[in-house]
Amino acid sequence: MPTTSVLSTSNLKKFGKPIVFLALALPAIWLVWAWWQTFLGLDGGLGFNPQETSNRFTGDWALRILLLSLALTPFAAVTKSPKPILFRRMIGLFAFFYVALHITSYVWLDMLFNWQELWADVLKRIYITVGFAATLILMPLAITSTNGMIKRLGAKRWKTLHKGVYAASVLAIVHFIMMRKGFQIEPLVYAAILASLLVLRVPTVRKAAGLR
Amino acid sequence: MLIKKPNSWDEKENAVTDRSVYLNRRTLMVGGAALAGAAVIPNVFANPERALEPLAAKPTHYTTVESLTPEEAVTGYNNFYEFGTSKSDPARNAWQLQPKPWSIQVDGMVDKPATYGLEDLIDFNALEERIYRLRCVEAWSMVIPWIGVPLASVLKKVGPTSGAKYVRFETLADRDQMPGIRWPVLDWPYVEGLRLDEAMNDLALLAVGLYGKEIPNQNGAPVRLVVPWKYGFKSIKSIVRISLTDEQPLTSWQKSAPREYGFYSNVNPEVDHPRWSQSRERRIGEFGRRETAMFNGYGDAVAGLYAGMDLAKNY
Repeated sequence: MPTTSVLSTSNLKKFGKPIVFLALALPAIWLVWAWWQTFLGLDGGLGFNPQETSNRFTGDWALRILLLSLALTPFAAVTKSPKPILFRRMIGLFAFFYVALHITSYVWLDMLFNWQELWADVLKRIYITVGFAATLILMPLAITSTNGMIKRLGAKRWKTLHKGVYAASVLAIVHFIMMRKGFQIEPLVYAAILASLLVLRVPTVRKAAGLR
Repeated sequence: MLIKKPNSWDEKENAVTDRSVYLNRRTLMVGGAALAGAAVIPNVFANPERALEPLAAKPTHYTTVESLTPEEAVTGYNNFYEFGTSKSDPARNAWQLQPKPWSIQVDGMVDKPATYGLEDLIDFNALEERIYRLRCVEAWSMVIPWIGVPLASVLKKVGPTSGAKYVRFETLADRDQMPGIRWPVLDWPYVEGLRLDEAMNDLALLAVGLYGKEIPNQNGAPVRLVVPWKYGFKSIKSIVRISLTDEQPLTSWQKSAPREYGFYSNVNPEVDHPRWSQSRERRIGEFGRRETAMFNGYGDAVAGLYAGMDLAKNY
């Protein structure tokens, strides 16, 4: 009987969401603690170049959570259940939250609001240009995440707008690959995960796999 | 009375952190490390670390009034991709390297090509201590007290022939000792090179120690190059082969990304790297960034090597 299931919709809303929320907030909580330790002159785990560690840490989590948000729709299709979709908005917003932390880390803690140098970086360094573009695409998505905005835009237009997440995630992965020196495996693993999540959205693939 | 003649590359006295403040900060950091301790660097203590023998070295005029980068940072924050690509990987993995005994193959355009024992090439009775700035292409920097001999003294021993124009260096590439070699990050072995006149410049050092002791594995044991007016990746580590040639060697980074890395790779705040602005740098241990100096502040000693060259083209 579905109503008594541990994973009932009401249980997921009541307990599942707060648990996921807390889990996704943990990296950010750790980061704030680690910076606090650093400012106290203690070793909080950010290492000998705290700005570098902090930039990479926030970027890693932004990407991971972005990929997680993109995994929910295929997951719902595979399990033939709408329940994963309950978490989609929250996880998507968390992805944007870590993007915002990533930018804060770079603009404030690393570059100390040196706007002239920052702007030169955006224009000159292609991997930063690419990351900047990804952020610009994600911004209206975060802003229009409320029920009110969905109503105002109309579901159809809202859906089209939010397809921007595909472009943004491709750019984010390119940004990651370009950032690493030499030929490195880790960003390619992320790229492979994104590729499979995108392929699962292609109508013919979905049909072949027997997904709705 | 001993009066120190200031060198052109010295920092001004007023730019230096007071020693008591500096030591105090170090005590704080060490105390913090002890508290956070085991969680942060457990592997360093868990692995069979090699005991580093003290090395006697005579002081030189290559000193600075700048504060030294703490030893923990010099030996704990490294780029040495043969041991992994993260900054803490080398300190964690480099214990697997066996630096003793060590031999170096010297070949190409030399009078005495041979495979030399390290002690045959480096005169351990003539070691010098030299404090140099190290500027990484990733826009961070350190101040490190190296121990070593001028590269020129070693080259003179093996006798470059009259046609030799370049020196090519190779790092060890042994899967059994270097876990990072499994990954095709670069085309192993790591290769670097210098023009012969650059190599003969007195600043070019072959280092076998730092901070008064033998050089730790993660810093390039048992012998590495130090060319402080160039970006750090030129200062090749754990050298097993030195070849004299009349052709400019193709270095590993040039091969990997020719648009980003040139043969010369002199520290130059005016020539930007596609990934890092080179105008400023973060001195490890400082919060903000400081201006980067042309040739990393060693222009008086090396600028003449590049007279008439377009340094934007020959990056």
